[in-house]
Amino acid sequence: MPDTRQRLRAVVEKVAQKPVPGDPDESLFESGLLDSFLLADLVGAIEEEFSIKVPDSDLNPRKFDSIARIESYLSSRT
Amino acid sequence: MTAYLHAFGAHLPERAVANEELAARLGCAAEWIESSSGIRERRWAAEETVVDLGAAAASQCLAAAGVPASQLGLVILASGSAPPGFPAPGAALANRLGLDAPPVIDVPMASAGSLFGLALAAQLADRFGDVLVVAAEKMSAILQAHPLEQNTAILFGDGAGAALVSSRPGPWRIVDCALHTDGQFREELAYDGQAALRMNGLSVILQATRKLPSVIREVLDRAQIPASQVSAFLLHQANQNLLTRVAKSLGAPPERVFSNIARYGNTSSASMLIAAAEWSRQNPPPGPVVFAAFGAGLHWGALLADSR
Repeated sequence: MPDTRQRLRAVVEKVAQKPVPGDPDESLFESGLLDSFLLADLVGAIEEEFSIKVPDSDLNPRKFDSIARIESYLSSRT
Repeated sequence: MTAYLHAFGAHLPERAVANEELAARLGCAAEWIESSSGIRERRWAAEETVVDLGAAAASQCLAAAGVPASQLGLVILASGSAPPGFPAPGAALANRLGLDAPPVIDVPMASAGSLFGLALAAQLADRFGDVLVVAAEKMSAILQAHPLEQNTAILFGDGAGAALVSSRPGPWRIVDCALHTDGQFREELAYDGQAALRMNGLSVILQATRKLPSVIREVLDRAQIPASQVSAFLLHQANQNLLTRVAKSLGAPPERVFSNIARYGNTSSASMLIAAAEWSRQNPPPGPVVFAAFGAGLHWGALLADSR
């Protein structure tokens, strides 16, 4: 069973249609992987993959800025 | 609530600012401006003020409705870009229309101001009779008060829109509305009258892509109308990519989401009523119509009207 990071990387790559940076701390926005509309898609894809509902109050781009930050957010939800 | 939409009006300043002109000033590509926003040009007023713009749209709306200004019982003026201070511009607008007694309510909101104005008018029409809702914005004054910033200068334009709401039966009955405000993201899109306009585009788009479809579903679900049966969506013209996404989220045909953003850019509160004015001149088919807007605050909402 893939771990959270593997699943997350697969989700990001599917949304961005590009390979995810190897460094989990690298910004997905500054690297050009995501823009504002793809970020919205990513949140929806994360909700589906991890069976969670991200409330609007958590829709802060900083929480989704890198693989590491998204992992941190996901662990805060479990 | 018994209220009807009778007519719309719009006014755009004459000077068109094309992407090529802005691209040269900002050091970016004109093609990038269009691909990221759907905007090809916007209007920037020279001497015209918020009141000038609003008065022109108001006059056009009243003419379309066949209603003299003297018949108005209430005026509501939305503007987020009017110069700060008091009195707010509604009094000057009423004076320009020749009114010296009907009350005026200023709604100092940005993009969602006209939607909130319509909702307020729908509630007050029983008491005040004919209510004129005007939204007027001179966003270029805010942009040009400081060195132009790429992420905001490409988006915004000037203009005004107007709508006449009345308890008298008219072409579109206002069925329902939903309004919301969440202040926790108020710093993400803000202008304090002094520093440059601030906009965290990532955050604003992320919120808008959720909140707009959600509030539209709220009014449609209450009325038990599927999005596929809505004849037109008249939304705040924020960004073409956002309009397209809202249609997709709702499962609505994209051509039913009216768009004029390519020609006018984002005219903040005015955009929804400018869109309504252009749409209404196209002899639209009968059926449910959804108005919706989202903007700084955050404020957002939707209003359902029906011509059947």
